[in-house]
Amino acid sequence: MNLNRREFLQMLAIAGAAGLSLPGCSALPRQRWQKAPEDFYELPAYGNVSLLHMTDCHAQLLPIWFREPNINIGVGDMWGRPPHLVGEHFLKAYGIPAHSMDAHAFTYLDFVEAARQYGKVGGFAHLATLVKKLRAQRPGALLLDGGDTWQGSATALWTDAQDMVDACLLLGVDVMTAHWEFTYGAERVKEILDYIDGKIDFVAQNVIDNEWEEHVFQRYTLKEINGVPVAIIGQAFPYTPIANPRHLIPEWSFGIRDDELQQLIDQVRAEGAQVVVLLSHNGMDVDLKLASRVSGLDAILGGHTHDAVPAPVRVKNAGGSTLVINSGSNGKFLGVLDFDVRDGKVRGHRFRLLPIFSNLLPADAEMAAYIDKVRAPFAAKLAEPLAVTDELLYRRGNFNGTFDQLILDAMLAVQGADIAFSPGFRWGVSKLPGETITFEDVMTQTAITYPATTLTEMDAERIKLILEDVADNLFNQDPYYQQGGDMVRVGGLKYSIDPTRKIGQRIGDLTLNGKPLQPGKKYKVAGWASVQQQPEDATPIWEVVSEYLRDQKTVRIRELNTPLIKNVDNNPGYAPL
Amino acid sequence: MSINRRTFLKGSLATGALGVAAGLGLLKPTQVLAAWPDNAFQAKTVEDALRALTGTTNTEPGAIKIKAPDIAENGAVVPITVSAKLDNVDSISILVAKNPQPLAASFDMKGDLETFVSTRIKMGETSDVIAVIKSGDTLYSSKKTVKVTIGGCGG
Repeated sequence: MNLNRREFLQMLAIAGAAGLSLPGCSALPRQRWQKAPEDFYELPAYGNVSLLHMTDCHAQLLPIWFREPNINIGVGDMWGRPPHLVGEHFLKAYGIPAHSMDAHAFTYLDFVEAARQYGKVGGFAHLATLVKKLRAQRPGALLLDGGDTWQGSATALWTDAQDMVDACLLLGVDVMTAHWEFTYGAERVKEILDYIDGKIDFVAQNVIDNEWEEHVFQRYTLKEINGVPVAIIGQAFPYTPIANPRHLIPEWSFGIRDDELQQLIDQVRAEGAQVVVLLSHNGMDVDLKLASRVSGLDAILGGHTHDAVPAPVRVKNAGGSTLVINSGSNGKFLGVLDFDVRDGKVRGHRFRLLPIFSNLLPADAEMAAYIDKVRAPFAAKLAEPLAVTDELLYRRGNFNGTFDQLILDAMLAVQGADIAFSPGFRWGVSKLPGETITFEDVMTQTAITYPATTLTEMDAERIKLILEDVADNLFNQDPYYQQGGDMVRVGGLKYSIDPTRKIGQRIGDLTLNGKPLQPGKKYKVAGWASVQQQPEDATPIWEVVSEYLRDQKTVRIRELNTPLIKNVDNNPGYAPL
Repeated sequence: MSINRRTFLKGSLATGALGVAAGLGLLKPTQVLAAWPDNAFQAKTVEDALRALTGTTNTEPGAIKIKAPDIAENGAVVPITVSAKLDNVDSISILVAKNPQPLAASFDMKGDLETFVSTRIKMGETSDVIAVIKSGDTLYSSKKTVKVTIGGCGG
């Protein structure tokens, strides 16, 4: 699928001569794409309790590109169910017309062409305009932030999250929970909590201290909206000390803790809450299971797995049912949940997941000025051009994205390894063909507080064990055993995977340069983002990638190293390119 | 808080607490207790451990609640709580099926005690954690899978 420029031009010439119409070609007339309606953001108010939900913006203050996945496989009970739908399956399930703005926002289809048509998405200045507009229509509305807000950009890393904390205060976030926030370390988290005290409620019912098992954070907040008491309970990412370095938060223990959650829901109901919601960073599969086990929640407003789901999933449980909502990532969406509450009960609801098309929302002047100011000291460093990309670069998807492939190619070349592993993070924005990759772009894929690169000798058994372990975190049929990342990205090594099998039986056919891995032989494996503590002088990943890019000048992905994926034919979460 | 908890441990669960310490290799059990069930703690399988401990391996499914993490944050100290609404409980034992020596702890519950124990155990790899409660001549058991993972690569 990856044509080089000359092949592409040849193909264009042939297609033109044959009178064919080529999808994905920007020279085509633009009429086939829906024209942006004047009233795209006119959303009539409903009811008397409104919650605005943003999640997983990953510190993207400016508008960006973000391609949704073409592989997001659901196994077991999750086969073919939201959020495990991609491309045409997604459009069909939600009745979204092809070549519409929603089709572009929610799927990867014709990504480059549609991106050029509709422009970038997200950006805090544009988001601020939308939030103000919705708040004007919906007096008393609360803005909830599901976390992964303080991490994902160079400026967030270099300011120890201060740029995002101040941006959220300016945006008017009322309540938040967290995940990557914890990777700044316990001390910094506590410092920021003091700073936002009285302005943003930081809630998490599932974090306790290791020693006495006491709650570390405020578990919930009770707010009154137009006279209706509304409880917002926080659920931080349950597997933070496993998926991220435990040494950064050594005294805190997490977990799902649905028993304690049930007790808390019962307690807040007894205190008079008429609406109870969970602001969750579980990941959507975990949210869906939790909604079936816990009763008394009107809604779960979730994040973590970066699923943008246009309609709530109603999940039945012992107490009735709960709406499960997940609101995408990278500042690309804002969820709007309106409740009609009368006589102490929710009588109806409306939900819209609004894509943030930056071109359709004028930048809020105050926020734009703030962003300019906070970026100014770093402007030169951020703008350093490293190379031009010939290809669409993206990360999101269960297996290697093209941006990961670039990182892996860099690791193999610069670190001198046989095999490279790069973490299956779901954050990391996209770049269009022809764009210049700047140092800032590299940081959108790599800006973490534990960026050290590693070079380790591993035998074939260890390599298989790692792949099996990560695959089980993604494809375990019980969502409570999933951690919500994608599969580790792999360079050099080839393998096959059967997501439908159990741990120990999913991974096979491991080969390097066409030869099977030999038992007992040691291979040099490059990696980064180890959860174990690394020496302070280790080279950070962004230096490795930048060095490679400066040398390459033009980026061309020779081969996207996706594994052979078995038993996924007809899976609605699988659309090979 | 701290004094109460320590008193509680000392007062009612002394045997159990020592059992855990020995299971983690902190104390040599033979130096601690004359009646230490050496065979049970050294057994290499769940069946052998149960037989050594109780004389039988026949268990019935019981309404035993095991509170443990779905995924361990640290395999070296996995918090486990076992509770049940059962009468005349003689003992509560906790076994980790895939540990080299599965019996992790055994609590002597004779006397008027609430059927509730909480401890921390060590796990080498992903495994079922099995709770066995002896009540008269019957063994009740229940299990829960606790995953031990390499970690990293999340979200």
